[in-house]
Amino acid sequence: FHNSECNFSSIVVKAGQISNPLLNCSKMAYTVQANIAMRDVGTWVLPQHLSGVRKSYREVIDVSWGDPHRAGVKPLSFVRQVLAACLYPELMDGDKLMVDVKQRAQRLLGTCAGGSVGSYCATAGIPQILQSISQYIMRRDGGVPCHPENIYISPGSQWALTNILKVLVNSEASPRTGVLIPVPCHSTTIISLTTLGAVAVPYYLREERGWALEMEELQRALDSAKGVCNPVALYMINPGNPAGYVQSRKSIQEVIRFAAEKKLFLLADEVYQDCVYGKESEFVSYKRALAEIGAPLSDSVELASFHTASKGLMGECGLRTGYVELVNLDPAVMKHINNLFSTNSCPILGQIALDVMVNPPQPGDPSYPLYLKVRHFYLPASLAQNVRRVEEVINSFPDFSCQPLEGGAFAFPRVFLPPKAIERAKEAGLQPDTFYCLRLLEEAGVLFSPGTEYGQKEGTYHIRFCIMTPTDTMEEILRRLSAFHEQFMKEFS
Amino acid sequence: MKLPSSMNHGTALLWKRRALSSLSTTRRGLPKPKMSDNGTTSRGKVLTIDNMNPTVKKVEYAVRGPIVQRAVELEKELSEGMKKPFAEVIKANIGDAQAMGQQPITFFRQVLALCSYPELLSDSTFPEDAKSRACRILNSCGGNSMGAYSASQGIDSVRQDVARFIERRDGGVPCDPDNVYLTTGASDGIVTMLKLLVCGEGATRTGVMISIPQYPLYSAALAELGAVQINYYLNEEKCWSLDIGELQRSLDEARLHCNPRALCIINPGNPTGQVQSRECIEDVIRFAAKERLFLMADEVYQDNVYAEGCQFHSFKKVLFEMGPEYSETVELASFHSTSKCYMGECGFRGGYMEIINMDNDVKDQLTKLLSVRLCSPVPGQALMDLVVNPPQPGEPSYERFIKERTATLSALAEKARLTEQVLNTVEGIRCNPVQGAMYSFPRITIPEKAIQEAKKLGQQPDMFYCMKMLEETGICLVPGSGFGQKEGTYHFRMTILPPTDKLKILLNNVKEFHQRVQASQRVYVEGF
Repeated sequence: FHNSECNFSSIVVKAGQISNPLLNCSKMAYTVQANIAMRDVGTWVLPQHLSGVRKSYREVIDVSWGDPHRAGVKPLSFVRQVLAACLYPELMDGDKLMVDVKQRAQRLLGTCAGGSVGSYCATAGIPQILQSISQYIMRRDGGVPCHPENIYISPGSQWALTNILKVLVNSEASPRTGVLIPVPCHSTTIISLTTLGAVAVPYYLREERGWALEMEELQRALDSAKGVCNPVALYMINPGNPAGYVQSRKSIQEVIRFAAEKKLFLLADEVYQDCVYGKESEFVSYKRALAEIGAPLSDSVELASFHTASKGLMGECGLRTGYVELVNLDPAVMKHINNLFSTNSCPILGQIALDVMVNPPQPGDPSYPLYLKVRHFYLPASLAQNVRRVEEVINSFPDFSCQPLEGGAFAFPRVFLPPKAIERAKEAGLQPDTFYCLRLLEEAGVLFSPGTEYGQKEGTYHIRFCIMTPTDTMEEILRRLSAFHEQFMKEFS
Repeated sequence: MKLPSSMNHGTALLWKRRALSSLSTTRRGLPKPKMSDNGTTSRGKVLTIDNMNPTVKKVEYAVRGPIVQRAVELEKELSEGMKKPFAEVIKANIGDAQAMGQQPITFFRQVLALCSYPELLSDSTFPEDAKSRACRILNSCGGNSMGAYSASQGIDSVRQDVARFIERRDGGVPCDPDNVYLTTGASDGIVTMLKLLVCGEGATRTGVMISIPQYPLYSAALAELGAVQINYYLNEEKCWSLDIGELQRSLDEARLHCNPRALCIINPGNPTGQVQSRECIEDVIRFAAKERLFLMADEVYQDNVYAEGCQFHSFKKVLFEMGPEYSETVELASFHSTSKCYMGECGFRGGYMEIINMDNDVKDQLTKLLSVRLCSPVPGQALMDLVVNPPQPGEPSYERFIKERTATLSALAEKARLTEQVLNTVEGIRCNPVQGAMYSFPRITIPEKAIQEAKKLGQQPDMFYCMKMLEETGICLVPGSGFGQKEGTYHFRMTILPPTDKLKILLNNVKEFHQRVQASQRVYVEGF
């Protein structure tokens, strides 16, 4: 896909490949491959192809990733100034940079070996930054204690998740290790699981009730695993991805009790915890909810909670830095987890960004006014505007429906595809929503990702797109989507 | 064994496995209820030593192992004012040049600062070539920001630059950018390739050949993957050279109990520092071709060559110069990184691998595997772009760049020579010439009394020796047992990275420590 020829037929071939039919997630994994291919086309091939071809659009808008910078959102100045100063300390001579930027850079450089961001750091991450993170977590959770020794920084939260899964998943065991995952679920976790030889046991979120997690469904999923695999862990995403729900405290506590009773290890993917905008919604961490339940559960239920510098309003995906907090784990197991993390250390620049994330400019700091304006007014306001417009526009179509967007970075509306379109898709060897997204890409120059990649109830189709974009970009996306959708529905009516 | 016809392939595999496996300790047990003191049961852990993934328990990484943990403790004690026989802990365990005071290349840091905060493009203190580089890099990033994800395989324009670099380095041998993958350090690429290669069970389990001594990332990865590690011994008497006869011996023996599929070679070597001759590389390629082995060439130290008469030859170049019989058939992955050479930028986690002659279906699997971690850190990709595309003659930053690079590499060469020289003045220490890389791996004789004491403590003798050295001198080294060595021999690995004057003191302290250890043995014997 890296020549200027737009190779749709190759995508079709890849998208049609269904490998091992044993597991749905295997199918999903291969669909992901097709979608990766599609992304390659949308992002890197189509733009080159456009110069010679008459299209209704000038450039492709790629919102298939949870990547605000790619979508046009500018990075936060403070964090970038600190990074620049750490990279090239000569910048701190003179008055180019504000005092608090310099102080932060100097403090952080002091935590690096040899005073340089080019050195390795300790296995779990820079100790002072681990300290900052633990304090952030304590503040977030209303004072619930957090010990830095339980935190591991890694090159992205998925990396940490893979390491924890490696410990949980016994590939030699018979029956195989199972992990309960939500449907829909973002695809990298699914690939991680299947690559490690685990069995993904899906539990379906209830779309009609705002993607609610129902306990009967969890029980059903657990029961379905009997004789197939040995479930050891329960993976949740809160706030959701791709679906934009925020779990209530009550729901979280139900899940915790369920995990305690059924002896499941809790994996809480909470990377969107800073992305909550629903009017009635509040992010409550699994750790906090666990602490509030009290002993004996609060001292015994084993939990891994994941966060990252990639999401939230900072959106520094490219720096590849996240962390995991481990709660109530067996100390002997922790020793081995330490060994796993020791073989590949985490990028230093990303840790610096993490430090800013957990320890942003404070009132009185010179950088605070700009930070406040962008981080607490401009960005949330744009996001709120986007949410409003997306819900408005999507819900105005009879064959589109979108659950209320409460948190996270995406909209995941359901599209009711006409039978003719489904037929055409099948002829092309494609999932219907993949077909829809391919056509959307080609005709409207907008790149979404199809629901098949995340899993969905049989016979339903969805599309996912990132809503953390500048407001005018979102308007353009919605305009193109609307025009395309009308055309598409007409064609296949 | 007749399986129900309704059974699908995957479940059939499970049945077969169950039938084949004997009662193994890997069978997952249910968490046992714990009895507390007064006899009531308490809830056991879901995840315990007994039911966790057994292969993870075998993962060890000596470079950051127990001795380093003790060194960190000692640092803490020192900082709290505790009295020690030394003023500071010197971490000569890890190949981290900048931690030891090596200066980064100014041009690289300028460009990266500009990429991080593009408002600086209007700042006149930055040279024009740095600015144009930064613009080029930012233009190839999503949203013109290093904060956007890149393609899984890496930024397109960077991969093209890497391909051109490889072509120049290899005297024109073509490189297809499609075969270049940008990775999170070389380690990421190495582990990913090993994941692809490892399969099978029992007698068909994948075996991977690795030199002894080796860089323990390999043993850790192989342990975690449950692969069979096939050791081939480098010849210490001949300056750690690689002998084809030894490769053959180890392979033939391995074939009896596993399925050898890959051959890993580190050149220049870690921990041994040897730089392989061209003839040797040709021999290895012929061997790999004959025995149908996938070649993994770890070349992260390719600029770190110091000894007279030694030269870095890339496996790719030699392969292609051997003609189509080899260049069209031998499967090769070669690895490079921003962490070593003259850059020393370990903290950026930049790296790449070039894959030659890999089957297309396997390449798809590789893409899938890499997509799990989304992409490698973008600043590391940007840095790699600068490494493969440094300032050229005539450009404003060229003079300074060359000066800095030359100074760094010649300092390393000097330290390599100094290390070998001083260590070889010590009776009971024998150090091979440090031809390249960043380490010395001298052989040490450990007195029998110390060996016995070590055994009593359940420690490897060289771990015991290194721990003692750490406690007495504050110098942190890695025992040879962490890298592998011939039975009955002992070594340690020490970096050559501290600044020259500190290195001299270090080497002297090591010398005195070793002499003390030898003397204590003599005293003991005489006193008998």
